[in-house]
Amino acid sequence: MDDVVPVLLRVNGDDVRLHVPPTRTLLDVVREDLDLCGTKHGCDVGECGACTVLLDGTPRLSCLTLVGTVEGREVCTIEGIATPAGLHPIQEAFDRRVAAQCGYCTPGIVLTLVALRARMPDASPGHIRDALGSNLCRCTGWGAILRAAEDVFAPCRGGTA
Amino acid sequence: MSGSPVGARGPKIDGRARITGAARFVADLKLPRMAHGAFVRSTHAHARLRDIDVSAARAMPGVLGVMVGADLPRRYGAIPVARDETALAVDKVRYIGEPIVCVVAVDLELARRAAAEVRVSYEPLPAVLGIDAALDPTSPIVHDEARKPSNTLRHVSQAFGDVDAELAASDVVVEARYDYPGSTHAPLEAHGALAAPDPDGGLTLWTSTQNVHYVHKDVARVLGMDERDLRVVKPAVGAGYGGKCDPFCTELCAAHMARTLGRPVRIVLSREEVFLAHRGRHPTRMWMRMGLTRDGDIRAIDFKAWADGGAYASYGVVTSYYLGVFMGMPYRLGAYRFEAMRLYTNVPPCGPKRGHGAIQPRFALETHLDRAAEVLRMDPASLRARNFLGADSETINGLRITSNGVAACMDAVLSASGWHTRRGRLPRGRGLGLAVSAYMSGALHGIHGDDLSQSVVSVRVDRNGAVTVFSGSADLGQGSQQMLATLVADRLGLQPSDIRVVEADTRLTPVDLGSYSSRVTMMAGNAALQAADAVRAQVLDAAATQLGTAASELRLEDGRIHVAGDVSVGVSFVRAAQLAEARLGAVGATAGFRPPLQGSRHRRESVGPSPAYSFTAQVAEVEVDEDTGVVRVVQVWVAHDCGRALQPSIVEGQVEGCVAMGLGEALHEETVHRDGRLVAPSLLAYKVPTIHETPPIEVTLVETHDPIGPLGAKECGEGPQLGTVPAVANAIHDAIGIRLDAPPFTPERVLRALDARGRAG
Repeated sequence: MDDVVPVLLRVNGDDVRLHVPPTRTLLDVVREDLDLCGTKHGCDVGECGACTVLLDGTPRLSCLTLVGTVEGREVCTIEGIATPAGLHPIQEAFDRRVAAQCGYCTPGIVLTLVALRARMPDASPGHIRDALGSNLCRCTGWGAILRAAEDVFAPCRGGTA
Repeated sequence: MSGSPVGARGPKIDGRARITGAARFVADLKLPRMAHGAFVRSTHAHARLRDIDVSAARAMPGVLGVMVGADLPRRYGAIPVARDETALAVDKVRYIGEPIVCVVAVDLELARRAAAEVRVSYEPLPAVLGIDAALDPTSPIVHDEARKPSNTLRHVSQAFGDVDAELAASDVVVEARYDYPGSTHAPLEAHGALAAPDPDGGLTLWTSTQNVHYVHKDVARVLGMDERDLRVVKPAVGAGYGGKCDPFCTELCAAHMARTLGRPVRIVLSREEVFLAHRGRHPTRMWMRMGLTRDGDIRAIDFKAWADGGAYASYGVVTSYYLGVFMGMPYRLGAYRFEAMRLYTNVPPCGPKRGHGAIQPRFALETHLDRAAEVLRMDPASLRARNFLGADSETINGLRITSNGVAACMDAVLSASGWHTRRGRLPRGRGLGLAVSAYMSGALHGIHGDDLSQSVVSVRVDRNGAVTVFSGSADLGQGSQQMLATLVADRLGLQPSDIRVVEADTRLTPVDLGSYSSRVTMMAGNAALQAADAVRAQVLDAAATQLGTAASELRLEDGRIHVAGDVSVGVSFVRAAQLAEARLGAVGATAGFRPPLQGSRHRRESVGPSPAYSFTAQVAEVEVDEDTGVVRVVQVWVAHDCGRALQPSIVEGQVEGCVAMGLGEALHEETVHRDGRLVAPSLLAYKVPTIHETPPIEVTLVETHDPIGPLGAKECGEGPQLGTVPAVANAIHDAIGIRLDAPPFTPERVLRALDARGRAG
């Protein structure tokens, strides 16, 4: 059994103190210890992107991230995206465009796009496709997801895109 | 929003839960004292089980129970005439990865470590691998315990008209062999089940399934429970595509161990185990002979299909029929004969994957039609068009077609793709390919062969105006909750967002046979319409009495019931519901749907008839690099006759998803076994298309308003996949002049075909 170490994280804006083996994955910790089950197990080996969270604002595969390596960092899960005032604009667009079919890949894909928007609000269609290259979706064929993304990114492109 | 919701876009009622991470899947459900299960799986493709030593595992602290096949030996299977599977292997293992032991412990890691301590002694048997081995009379028998031991699960032969005479009289006869590979569903959510003892002595089972009804029946039967003591609930499911239609070891073992241990047990498969659970596409070897007149009329098709089914039957009896029965749709055939076999081998069992059994023969047929067009020097579209059956027609094997928009579908994609001006005129390496297809909207006859309803739906109205629909159908993401809400809202003058749907809970919802065979819109939709119409009559009558007018003078819209032509004279829906409750005691209705039986000249053909068929046409444009062999699909134009698009965004999403899955089968996906071992049970090696491999898919919806479909609607979740692979194959031929008769069209296969042509030519 691994030794347990104290780990301090900031998760969805809250400070979280854990005593866990440092080799546990961030995915297990958010799901099992913090009950944030919106982050999904898809493959456990970094192939599908369903477990994507934001680490200091950057998409990160939580199944490949050992919790001991992210001490003191800021973690954002799908539960941290919407506010009491409403859905995130990416989520609103997903809802309107029916971009979630089964919804299992959706938290990871939404977070990937949330991070892209924060970094590059006028991302081109090519940038959007590149950003989504690490997520799998088996249901949609990507059409509705891209339409939802366009709803959010296109208005920010000005006349040059 | 006002007016009828039919045809309107916008959010689906269950959308928000899916985009906020709030939707709860089986792996997200936690109960006090919940234990976790893990499996020990076979390392042999075919072997007798000599001894299973679980003592070391059982002795580990934290291990709560260990279960072997003998603990639950009753056979189960989706199709009652072919129950050949047990929860865990008994006496024999039949594929690498077959579950043998289930270990339950206080946490998952411990369960897995304990499973690794189980020692299984095998007496290896020669494995039956591939179609030739299955047909070899000297091969061992996979199911030697069967009453009539044979490696053929089902052999079907049907003939309509005089095929030999028609072929002899044909101007041209085109002949080819096709080999379609196995592939798997790869849902992102793994199969999982959580079982918990109820306080009243019963059991509740939450499971990632497409049909709670079949799981309910099989789990109760295998466990020896009264069905009334078992409750099966489907939480959110991370899609199925056919892969969650069978009962699974997860459900049976979680249920058995929860009862044995008296505490909740959850078992969720790993990604590798999802590949082993499989029930995917049957690898199928096919031969086709087609006779045509020189003008392009199809005089006869002679077709054979041998399908490698793997170790257990699953839905294989049905598969063997589906391999042949849809061939004549949407075409007029002078004569037709088919022979199909579904075989047992020592690999993970195949089953129903999207387009079940119809994908493989459609690939053969649509590729074959392009061959024929080439021989006849005809445009492939013209050849198809001259053989189209119309609406209100019947195929040669007696399948009744009601609405039929295939011609409009083909026109739409020919026009959108610029077929007539671009095909044959694109630069070398670029090409266009066409395919059309048809698919059922549910099977006319249920698998239990009884005369009971296929779908029962209840609609309840409370005095606060809340409308709740209860249906046993399963929303896997395809949008069946929205479909039900849209139909009921339309009948009651409400919006889908006013409707709550309770689905797939055998204690709360009436029986529905489940979400497979593209049946839910047709069956559950019609039942919901009938129930909603009964409720509509209840509130209309009450409102009419209140308003002193006839019910026929009233309209329901925008949450009100008012006199036609005068919106000011009326009552709110809520008030009408209260008036109706005061009159009747309660407001609500339950209705069942069983499709109307159709006269057929061929009564014995009970597999294949459907209340209505969807039709699809698609054109794929490809770019082939003759140096590297890489095929890139540039775009797909697809038109689908869905009868009526109750919610167009959802229908388009289904069509796009079908084409995307078809492109995976066309270019990348194949289940490959080496000595019976699945070579690549991972999402990295088994290549599901990413966004980079998915081209723009342009969808046109064709609405034919089917007379039997609810408000005219037909299926849209499977049919659009059928034509994708042959459209790509035909496009490759247009691009570089080679015929590829064995998907996936990998660079290796393209280069090999180019090489063979180079040597020949």
